[in-house]
Parts: sequence; structure tokens; C-alpha cells
Amino acid sequence: MEASEGKSKKQGASRLCCLCNQRRPVLKRPKTLQQICKECFYEVFEEEIHQVIVKNHLFKSGERVAIGASGGKDSTVLAYVLSELNRRHSYGLDLFLLSIDEGITGYRDDSLETVKRNELQYGLPLQILSYKDLYGWTMDDIVKMIGLKNNCTFCGVFRRQALDRGAALLKVDKLVTGHNADDIAETVLLNILRGDIARLSRCTSITTGEDGPIPRCKPFKYTYEKEIVIYPSLLNHFLKLDYFSTECIYSPNAYRGFAREFIKDLERLRPRAILDIIKSGEDFRIATTTKMPEQGTCERCGYISSQKWCKACVLLDGLNRGLPKMGIGRARGGVNGDHQKETKKPASAARSLESKQCGSLDF
Amino acid sequence: MACNSSGCESGGCYGREKENGCKVVDVKETVRLCVKCKSNEPMTFGDGGSDDGRFCAECFRSNVYGKFRLAVTSHAMITPSDNVLVAFSGRSSSRVALQFVHELQVKALKNYEASRDRSLPVFGVGVAFVDESAAYPSLSGGMSDAIAWVRSTVLSLSPPEKDLHVVPIESVFGSDSVEARDRLVKLLDSVSDETGKEDLLLHLKMLSLQKVASENGYNRLVVGSCTSRLASHVLTATVKGRGYSLSADIQHVDARWKVPIVLPLRDCVWQEITRLCHLDGLKTVELARHPQSGINDLVSSFVALLQEENPSRECTIVRTAAKLTPFYFNKIPETDDSCVPMATQRRLKKFNLKYDGSMTTEAFCPICNGPLNGSDSSEDESDALYDACCSSCRFQILPQEPSSLDHFGSLLPHHMISQVKHHQKFDSQTYLREKIKDCLLLDDEEAV
Repeated sequence: MEASEGKSKKQGASRLCCLCNQRRPVLKRPKTLQQICKECFYEVFEEEIHQVIVKNHLFKSGERVAIGASGGKDSTVLAYVLSELNRRHSYGLDLFLLSIDEGITGYRDDSLETVKRNELQYGLPLQILSYKDLYGWTMDDIVKMIGLKNNCTFCGVFRRQALDRGAALLKVDKLVTGHNADDIAETVLLNILRGDIARLSRCTSITTGEDGPIPRCKPFKYTYEKEIVIYPSLLNHFLKLDYFSTECIYSPNAYRGFAREFIKDLERLRPRAILDIIKSGEDFRIATTTKMPEQGTCERCGYISSQKWCKACVLLDGLNRGLPKMGIGRARGGVNGDHQKETKKPASAARSLESKQCGSLDF
Repeated sequence: MACNSSGCESGGCYGREKENGCKVVDVKETVRLCVKCKSNEPMTFGDGGSDDGRFCAECFRSNVYGKFRLAVTSHAMITPSDNVLVAFSGRSSSRVALQFVHELQVKALKNYEASRDRSLPVFGVGVAFVDESAAYPSLSGGMSDAIAWVRSTVLSLSPPEKDLHVVPIESVFGSDSVEARDRLVKLLDSVSDETGKEDLLLHLKMLSLQKVASENGYNRLVVGSCTSRLASHVLTATVKGRGYSLSADIQHVDARWKVPIVLPLRDCVWQEITRLCHLDGLKTVELARHPQSGINDLVSSFVALLQEENPSRECTIVRTAAKLTPFYFNKIPETDDSCVPMATQRRLKKFNLKYDGSMTTEAFCPICNGPLNGSDSSEDESDALYDACCSSCRFQILPQEPSSLDHFGSLLPHHMISQVKHHQKFDSQTYLREKIKDCLLLDDEEAV
């Protein structure tokens, strides 16, 4: 009897939250595998994000900041946490919600309803911009034309520009997006797989585009996707976060899926690997000369561009002319074709050495 | 960095069918020709890989050998006065490396015997086989057969004769085999992370090769790593947070070590190597593979999956990593060149293929020998070993409890732990002074 009581007491003693040692743990924290209680999870989740914001000097007091809000879990949690921290730590920020309507029936129209509810719930003013208004095409139209192979390329390029335009309309100083640690780790891997050294050098920066129209930052850079999923599920019901949770209906063939599966498996073996990938990305020895392509403006729309026309204009032109392959893959002709030839890198000394067919060795 | 691209061109066009169903066939069309020499019939390996049926046997072989030779000459990997140790595992990649090095040596011998003044000596070649059965007991069953096979293979590759060194992996702990085995097992048991254990063994393997190389007067270590292997390494290094040191590991030359390592097959893909073994009848031995359950295995499966989706993915991965800035030690070091022929010396200087060996601007992790990044330094300076290691080794190899660090340090081979003492001596003041000394005006000059 005594033995079993003692045993259960011992079990009880070890079953306390790692952090507060008072409450009963309700979960194993995905990032660290610590057994923690609900309250400590909120605390550590929110505190870590606060530390990231402070240590990386993401904001200045008085700034107008737009939160890229899709209605999905990342941006909904971002909107909630940012407004919470803004209040709690007096960041002094003027926060807005900015939403992009890509025109995807049965997906985006539903998720926009979520954002409209968020506007009411968090009291943050909302601005919605649509692809239809900006470009004259909805994603539904685009997919009807090009199918499911390169549709994500179109959507990504258009959304990026749409967010910048929306931010300009709202007259904000900064844009924040809900990219999380998993997203950034995936992007690092994708850039390695695709050979994009220039993007590889930029993709781990927490703030990008400081010398462009609107700087953007990613406060969730070190936040695990799993924890972003857990966070709202533990909230008291009256504060329960409302977000839209299906995958984009056009997404199944995205190449990013490969990397995502791999990272999920990796996380199972070693949770910290996600942060390790980001660390590797930050530490890669990439010569500064390979970093920035020359920055100019698009001749057609005035948007920032490293080529004659910005990517959105190239793609749009292709769509309007019924040539949807334009802008996909390497540019051979077209507006930017000549420019491409001009920017071809000169052969390095090593390369010219290798091109010499060595006749014989010195033997 | 080249690899056979997978752009497809069929060897010729096929017969057209006439209206009435008879085939109109041009004489040329039925016979497909090698795309390179356009005279021989192309080889078909039937392995489902890319480029099958494009090249004839000779052209295929000369493609692969050509890449090897280009790597050797453009990076000054092997010069006449060198004594080269080939790391041989018995598997395809190192088998090809051994074969090619042997052929190079045979040619050098032929030239030597044909030359009048015999001014250029023939480089020496030895072979090292690491016996890992102390670490993986499941290997011990087939080990003596494997070693016998290795011995006979090396014997068949003469003249010129080559010494074979069978190196038990526990030899890093000393020559007393019983004690050494014991120490190895103790060390491995104290590493709880599966991947950490595998990686630690790789580091010990390299240490044992370095030991046998330097003790037997070799000045180059040839490792058969191919593009495919390096592609996996790029990803494993990335997921372990080793992004800084990655560029050091994937170059043609790695001269961090006492005996510089050279990778002459770096530009060849696995498919070419296995095809070559098949073509030339090069036998290999496959020891029962120890089950790999950690990250290394996950990455290999991932790369295999990517290869299925796109056969040039491995090349792209290595090409991307090759754009990272290498380190100063990724070139053959400048040493006392008195025994190197003048022609070679001039050539090496001309193409800037060597670096000044006295320049040491990096600190290295004592366990994995990876160059340390500033961000690796720990805030807590309580333990010398912890402090000296990179963040990856700290996590996956060192014990997590600080109190166990001392004991763990005592289990490491002497060579690793002596690096820790070196690291402690790393004086940033002296280091900075060294860097700017060329600009400093010496006090002595004023005195004069």
C-alpha cells in the first residue's frame, strides 16, 4: 500500500510543469520537448516573440504597421499576438490588417470572412485589395488558363506586389507577415535545391526590403508552426482565435511540398533542426558581391525591379497575350531577354583554368 | 563543375511510316551512334538512369576518367614527389578512385622509364582500409573475408606495388588493441544521440586515416567522395546548423588536416561510378550496412526521392554549395618545395594553387575539425571542451549535463583533446596583431 502511494507521489512530483514547477503540464513543447502547463506555454510563446522583436529592433514607436492577413493561422495569431504585445509592452504601434483577395472561389472568399471577423474582434482597421482590381485577373481565371503547374509562381509574385501597393495605400511604414520558422527553413532548403544563391543569402533576414518601397519583417522567424497551431487551441473559449484552416485548393503540386514533408520528418527526429537550418542559412559564407541584383524600377508600372519590367508585368503581359509560359523558367527572349545577356557573369579565374584541357601531367 | 547534363537527344531519328504501312528507313537511322565520337555503338546500361544509350563504352569511360584527371591537375592534387594514400572502403566510389590513381601511376611509370634524364619521379601510392568492426560488431562476421579481398585487389594493382594498411578504427586510441577497443566502446556508449554517434565515428575514421598516413610518410590522402555523396553532405550539414563550415567540406582540396585530403571524384555522380564499375568489371565489396536510423539516413532518402523527380538535382545541390566561399585551406599548402620539380613549382605558383601554410586564421572544433564561426562561441566559459566545440557537436556529441563533460573529455582520443588546449591558447590579441603586422611600424626601426 505504502509502496504504491509512494510511487504515485513520486510520479506526481515528476509530473509538474518544467518551467513553473507548480501546475500540471498539458503538453510537450514542440520546440524543446519540455513538459509545460498552459499558462507557461503562453508566457514563453509570447515572451520569445517579444524578445525577437526587441533584439532585432523590428519596430520604432509611432510606426504605422500593416499585418499581412490571409485569415490563416499564422496571420491570425500574428495579429492577435502583435496587438497584445503592442499593448502590454507599449510598442506604440498603429496596427492595420491588410488582406489580399486572389479571387479563389471556395478558399479565399471564405478566409476573407475570417479576416473581416478579426477586424471586429481585435479592433484593427482592415484594407482588402484584389487581384481583379490590381491586375484584371483572378487566380481562378489564371488557373483556367495555365493549369496547375506554375500557378503558385503567379500568385506569389502578384501577392508580393499587391501587399506593397496595399501598404502604400494605407500609408504604413512597415509590413509584417506571418512567415514562421518552418517556412523559412523550407525556403532555405528550396533555394539550395534550386541553386538560387542570391535568394539563399537573403531569405534568412528577419527584415527585408529596407531600401525598397516598404520594409517587411517576420516576427515569427523563430516560432515553430506547430506552436502557432497549438497557441489558439489552448485559449479560453471567449478569446478563441478564429481562423480559416484549409490548404489553398490550387496548391497540391507545389515543389515546396517536398521540402515540407522532409522538414516534418526531420522535426520528428530532432525538433531543433528547424532552427539549425535557419542558423545554417544565416551562416553560409556567401560573398556580398553575389547578394544584391541591381535595383531599378519597372518601365511599365514603376514598381521596384531588377530587370526592365518587374516580374508581375512580365507575367501579366504573358497572360494578356495568351502566352502563359512567359516569365516562367529562364528568360530567352522578350523584354528582359537582352538584359539577361548583359548580366551574364564573367568567368572566374578558376573556371578558365578548368576549361583548359590539360594535355598531360607534369610526370 | 561539370556533370553529364540530362538534356535528352536521341541518337538518331526513327523510320517514318509510309501511307501503306511500310516503314521507310534511312540506313543511318537504324544504327544509333555515340553522341561524342559518332563512330561507335552506344552502351546501354539498362539501369533506368539518365543518359543511357548516349555514349559508347570508350567515350563514357574517357568522360569519367577525364573528369578525374582534370580535378587532379587543376588542383595540384598529385605531383611527382608525392606519396599518396588512397582511402579504400571496398565500395564503388573508392574502388574507382583507387583504379584511376593506379592508372595515373602506371602512366607516370611509363613516362619515367621512357624519359632520358629520369628527372620526374613517380609518385607513390598506398592503400588504407579502415576496419570498423569494433564500432559495429555486426560487421565482424564478414570482416576477415573483406580484408582478404581487399588485399588481393591491391595486389592485383601492381606494378607499381602498393602497400596496404588495414587500420582498425580503435587505433586512434593507441596500439594496444584490447584497451583501444574498450575505450572506443566506452566513448560511443556515452553519446546518446544516434546521429551524433554516427558522425563521431566518421570523425574517428578520418583521424585513424590521418594517423596511418602521417606515420607512414604519406603526404596526400585520396578520398573517393563523389557528387552524390557531397549532395547528401550539403543537406546534412545544413540541417545540423553547420552552414558556416560547409564550404570547407565540399571542395576538391581540404588541407586543414596534417595530411591534406583530396577529392578527385568530386565531379562524378554516383550513376557514372556504378556504371563504370559495371563496364570495367571492377569488383566491390559491400559489408553488411549498419542500420542508420538518424538524420543522415533521412537525408539520403530525401536526396534519392529528389533524384527520382529530377536526375540532375544532386549536381544542382553541389553547384549551389560550390558558390559558397571556400576557406584558405581549401588549396594545397605551400611546403618545402626542394624536392618538387621546377616545372611543377612554376605551374603551381602560376595558377595560385597553393597557399601559405603558416597562415592560420581559423579556430577549429576539436571533434569535427570544422572551422568555428563567431556565433558559435558560448557565453558560458566554464568548460574548456564545451567552449572549444562547434554548436553542432555540442548538441549531438557532447553530453548534455555539464557535470559529465569532464569525464567525456577523458574518453576522447588524445589528438582531439589536445586541440582543446590549443584552442585555449587562441589569443585574440595576438591573432589580430598577426593580421595587421604588415602595416605596423616596428619600435626597433625607430631605435635605429
